[in-house]
Amino acid sequence: MQICLANIAHARSGDKADWVDFGLFAWNEAGYAVLLREVTAPSVRAHFAPWLPGQVECWPLANLLAIKLVLKDALQGGGARNLRSDNLGKSMGGALLRMRINLSEDEWMLCQAQPRAGWWPEVS
Amino acid sequence: MSKTVFIASGLGFYGDAWEPVVASVQAMRAGAPNYVASDHLAELTLAILQKDRQREADLGYARDVVPMLMRLWPLMQERGVRFICNAGGLNPAAAAAAVQVALATKGWKARIAVVSGDDVLAALADPVAAQTFNHLFNHTCVSTVRDRLVFANAYLGARPIVNALAQGADIVITGRVADAALFLAPLVHEFAWKLEDADSADDLNKLAQGLTVGHLLECSGQGSGGNFGSLQAWQAIPDLAHIGYPMAEVQDDGSAVITKPPGTGGRVNFDTVRQQLLYEVHDPHAYASPDVVLDMSTIRLEDLGNDRVKVTGATGYARPEQLKVVAGYSDGFKAEVTWGYSWPDAYAKSQAALVMVKTQLAERRVPHDELFVEYPGLNSAHGALAPLPAGIDELNEVWMRMVLRTPSKAAAEGFGRLFPWMGLSGPAYTCGFNGLRATGTLLGIWPSLISREIVEAQVRIEWVEVKGQP
Repeated sequence: MQICLANIAHARSGDKADWVDFGLFAWNEAGYAVLLREVTAPSVRAHFAPWLPGQVECWPLANLLAIKLVLKDALQGGGARNLRSDNLGKSMGGALLRMRINLSEDEWMLCQAQPRAGWWPEVS
Repeated sequence: MSKTVFIASGLGFYGDAWEPVVASVQAMRAGAPNYVASDHLAELTLAILQKDRQREADLGYARDVVPMLMRLWPLMQERGVRFICNAGGLNPAAAAAAVQVALATKGWKARIAVVSGDDVLAALADPVAAQTFNHLFNHTCVSTVRDRLVFANAYLGARPIVNALAQGADIVITGRVADAALFLAPLVHEFAWKLEDADSADDLNKLAQGLTVGHLLECSGQGSGGNFGSLQAWQAIPDLAHIGYPMAEVQDDGSAVITKPPGTGGRVNFDTVRQQLLYEVHDPHAYASPDVVLDMSTIRLEDLGNDRVKVTGATGYARPEQLKVVAGYSDGFKAEVTWGYSWPDAYAKSQAALVMVKTQLAERRVPHDELFVEYPGLNSAHGALAPLPAGIDELNEVWMRMVLRTPSKAAAEGFGRLFPWMGLSGPAYTCGFNGLRATGTLLGIWPSLISREIVEAQVRIEWVEVKGQP
């Protein structure tokens, strides 16, 4: 089956010169196992292909249940010459969370059944 | 009992709110080692400050430091809180003078240290410089932009701030300093950690922990639940209108608890802290700062609940040989107009209007590199990754934002004049133009490296005393 990353992970994007970077965070261990397999430099590059001329780098971080990503040449040369409204790529974290990934029904059940790793008192 | 150092986040950028810092200061206990560190300089802020300084010689600093201290300084003084900031921007002496005048009008006392020496424009602009200052990412030589450089500043480390604190500064005002070094410096000072001479794993790991604390606190509310990017989870973060900025309680071994003041909004948990931890980081195994290279992969974040997260396990490696520089250079002009159309056929009419604009640009031979087009409300955030909705022909309205990139200032200033006549002679049911006079200058960013010796030879600490009531 297919879901989008937003269903099992959260993300923040930032900028340095012409590079956009992401932290992508699984809500739990089960989600991290799926991220490890599905979120790679080639798969992320393919997702952003319609407007990313540059390369993608990718580092898994098991302690943080996270994947660190860098998208090169992503901001028309940098924030102060980028003509987009979102010149700093602040909304690109959301664009990453749109990415479709494959997983088995068992994995999806496990992702939903495992509690979040963090303290969220409002969420039972 | 071992000593705990308390550090609170000040601003996260020039223009940020300082009112949340009030709650942080009020949560501090008089007599403890207490600090607020405040980051006023984003990567591009120096470009804004450069324009200020060109207009008036005694500007060029982040002016919000003055009202911020007028609000906070009496609260800080009561509790013995020391304040460190990089609000000096391109003109730390002028920032200190402005703070001095403001505090003196209230009869308040302060011993202010002014750190300068980060400005390296002369070195980069020198055509016979020993260094080529190649672009950090694409490796081209700075000579391609040298005659267009606007500013160039090196990122200083913690040392000058540590020295200023050791010499009794209540307030330290710097120019460009590595953001996290504003927070690392008071830890080095309080715990007498080794800095340049750190060589054992233990010494380096303490610096790495201190840098991690700084990185978690340097973006104010973004470290305590603000800007939490997620599908639906963000709604579970309480009361962002009254967010508490993050604070750290740090031990001699570098271990730290990240928290926020009681009674404030926001959230400090495993999720909000790790979003900030990886923010604007490239290789997480080698996050370079002037003082230590940090490996984040060994960091453990223990969620203690109740808005407390314990941070341990950062690994440090020896500091880099060279310092980072960020320079800016003029890179042409832009002009933008946003043009709206309403139902029926709103999208189709915007496309017809776009053809009229492009026809004029061609027939009048307007010099330009690019006409960038996006549709706010449809795809301006995610571009080609945002599919146009089904039923595009039935949209209530469509706004088309057109931005001209041009080397010609006159072309940018003339762009808005292409439009008004089309209000009567173009497609029907226009709902208006925005920004017919919105022009601006564009700036390229040039990240590079510079040898420490050039920079360290020009670093200075100067002192400004505010005497208080006679």
